[in-house]
Amino acid sequence: MTRPTPETLAHSARRARAAASAATDAEPAARTVAGPAAAAVRTPDPAQVSGAGSLVRSLEALGVDVVFGIPGGAILPAYDPLYDSTVRHILVRHEQGAGHAATGYAQATGRVGVCMATSGPGATNLVTPIADAYMDSVSMVAITGQVARPAIGTDAFQEADIQGITLPVTKHNFLVQHADEIPQVLAEAFHLASTGRPGPVLVDIPKDVLQAATTFSWPPTLDLPGYRPTLHPHGKQIREAARLMAGARRPVFYVGGGVLKAGATDGLRQLAELTGIPVVTTLMALGAFPDSHPQHLGMPGMHGTVAAVYGLQKADLIVALGARFDDRVTGRVESFAPDATVVHADIDPAEIGKNRHADVPIVGDARHVIDELIAAVTAERAAGHTTDLADWWHQLDDLRERYPLGYEEPADGTLSPQYVIKRLGEIAGPDAVYVAGVGQHQMWASQFISYEKPYTWLNSGGLGTMGYAVPAAMGAKVGKPDVVVWAIDGDGCFQMTNQELATCALEGIPVKIAVINNGNLGMVRQWQTLFYGERYSNTDLGTHKHRIPDFVKLAEALGCVGLRCETAEDVDKTIAAAMEINDAPVVIDFVVGKDAMVWPMVPAGTSNDEIMFARGVRPAFDEDDI
Amino acid sequence: MTMHTLSVLVENKPGVLARVSGLFSRRGFNIDSLAVGETENPDVSRITIVVNAESSPLEQVTKQLNKLVNVLKIVELDPQVSVARELLLVKVRADRSSRSQVLDTVSLFRARVVDVAADTLTIEATGTPDKLDALLRDLEPFGIKEMVQSGLVAIGRGSRSITAGPALRAA
Repeated sequence: MTRPTPETLAHSARRARAAASAATDAEPAARTVAGPAAAAVRTPDPAQVSGAGSLVRSLEALGVDVVFGIPGGAILPAYDPLYDSTVRHILVRHEQGAGHAATGYAQATGRVGVCMATSGPGATNLVTPIADAYMDSVSMVAITGQVARPAIGTDAFQEADIQGITLPVTKHNFLVQHADEIPQVLAEAFHLASTGRPGPVLVDIPKDVLQAATTFSWPPTLDLPGYRPTLHPHGKQIREAARLMAGARRPVFYVGGGVLKAGATDGLRQLAELTGIPVVTTLMALGAFPDSHPQHLGMPGMHGTVAAVYGLQKADLIVALGARFDDRVTGRVESFAPDATVVHADIDPAEIGKNRHADVPIVGDARHVIDELIAAVTAERAAGHTTDLADWWHQLDDLRERYPLGYEEPADGTLSPQYVIKRLGEIAGPDAVYVAGVGQHQMWASQFISYEKPYTWLNSGGLGTMGYAVPAAMGAKVGKPDVVVWAIDGDGCFQMTNQELATCALEGIPVKIAVINNGNLGMVRQWQTLFYGERYSNTDLGTHKHRIPDFVKLAEALGCVGLRCETAEDVDKTIAAAMEINDAPVVIDFVVGKDAMVWPMVPAGTSNDEIMFARGVRPAFDEDDI
Repeated sequence: MTMHTLSVLVENKPGVLARVSGLFSRRGFNIDSLAVGETENPDVSRITIVVNAESSPLEQVTKQLNKLVNVLKIVELDPQVSVARELLLVKVRADRSSRSQVLDTVSLFRARVVDVAADTLTIEATGTPDKLDALLRDLEPFGIKEMVQSGLVAIGRGSRSITAGPALRAA
């Protein structure tokens, strides 16, 4: 096997980066005023720069340590000052990879992820990851080159109206008209991306603006008169929520990704333990509350646990924290939690009442909301207002006991995908970061790995972007180089973006990829099994029948270590072998059976009351007096 | 479904109208009428949008509009306490035999003739949409050759101003 030695490639880059960040830590003020030493050498007078120089200076001043991107005609001027900047540029193989890497970086670190591409096709290749980041509220800044101003609107070579194209999928976007605006626009873009409800912001810069002479001064003044996110909740609403919590008999905390975004996980645990109320965490919130915590009912929704789905469905009070009543959680919304009074706290007022009427709307940052709820609940308790949840817990514990998450070993003797994922989680442990693609493997990874800590689970929730895992894992590993990062991917997803493994191999980003290879587009096949009379139209990828591609050979060709595992006996040792390799990316081809299905399941468009525990098995709760 | 008149104050920047109108179509709303112009503050434009919607989906679209970074303020104008006007220019067939009748109609509606040709009159009228509809109905029998209508503009009655407030002073 030939692969580049990461020691030479990556470590030198890392050394340079470490030196740069050490310098930054020492004199942060000097950085914003004069820029780092390298930049000072580049331009004798630090104030006189090109638009491109101003862009790179701005990125440095904003504390950006890494940009994922690919150069091209229109963005080329920016790559010249980037060449000797402290900002590390990671040259990806496809712009989609740059976008998802920025997302993975942002989700793992809580910092703004940055990607860069040229005009036209470079920019349009970013559209999928931008839309993905928009749906999952990820703080991302995308910088694109644009054709020169005089050429805009002429169908010039590699021209695309990326500002227009991304209008519906960005929190905001900019077309920079003058080089003098660059520091202010960049500062505004980062501010918008990372505050309020986070989201992607695109900055489109024409080539002649990048080439124009300008002056760089920092910090710029932000001018965003129409942007005033509400962080602090209304005290009256908080007290009303606390009053309802003190009187409810069947309350549930419905926790969404907003709690992770707000860094409110410690407060959440405190609030939950103070009240004794059961907690469900959505797909976007796994890790916000320890899976092993006795008050955790699991994930709600289409493939949620029976206890979590029923907890919400039968609740008399739902306290939604940073969640948005997505259709994958509510099922048919008209029949969702019919008896529940809803307290809905979100930083985005437009989410409140969008899908489900909120009896107590609370607009605010989840951290402030939770802190103030703790105070208000404490006051209620001091006044002697408490409720007895013993009956409720009795019912929920009974459901948990009768309908635990589980799976059956495949009858045909093939390797069980759930077993592989379960063992992976047990061996890699709660400190590893897990990044999933989209499909069956994603759901199994959400079910059979125990998430104990925040920011250890990354996935594409809202948009459901197949191909997310490999580049997002790359971004996460760059952001947290000392943490083990496992991508859990399907063979369908993996074939969409595996080219970024070449980037990982060359840039010294030793991610680990578990390909749950069932030879099929598994989730689509599951729906064909259940709803299309087992007519398997176009879901067989041939990765089993023909071993095309051979993932081991593919991994090796991309500069990674390739391993294969086909039996349950080999699972542990193959994972252990992968855990031993820390100087190169590793790909394990887990050849698993194709008939395993994700259970429980609420069929799309039906009520959560229709949850199936397994094929043809509906939980017996109708007799219950819930 | 009821008609709602929204006054949307926005930053006077390129592309803002596309952001606002695009949001309406994306969320499944038809805009019945739209008018844009500068305000007393040159940094602020005012978009008046008339939309036919139930109040709960309208609340959702208003919230989504409020999220647009360039949108400064949204006020729904109550027709009871606001003045709303449209402008109509209409070219009506008016030969020797019908001209005096057309002119009678024009004066009845307090409209104005702004251009005269051998066989047509061009009429300018402002008013509420109801009044302009009535004028058009009366002119129709003479033969309408061409017409153009502005979007509705509206302003609240009384001394209060929707452009006052900390947000707009910052702009």
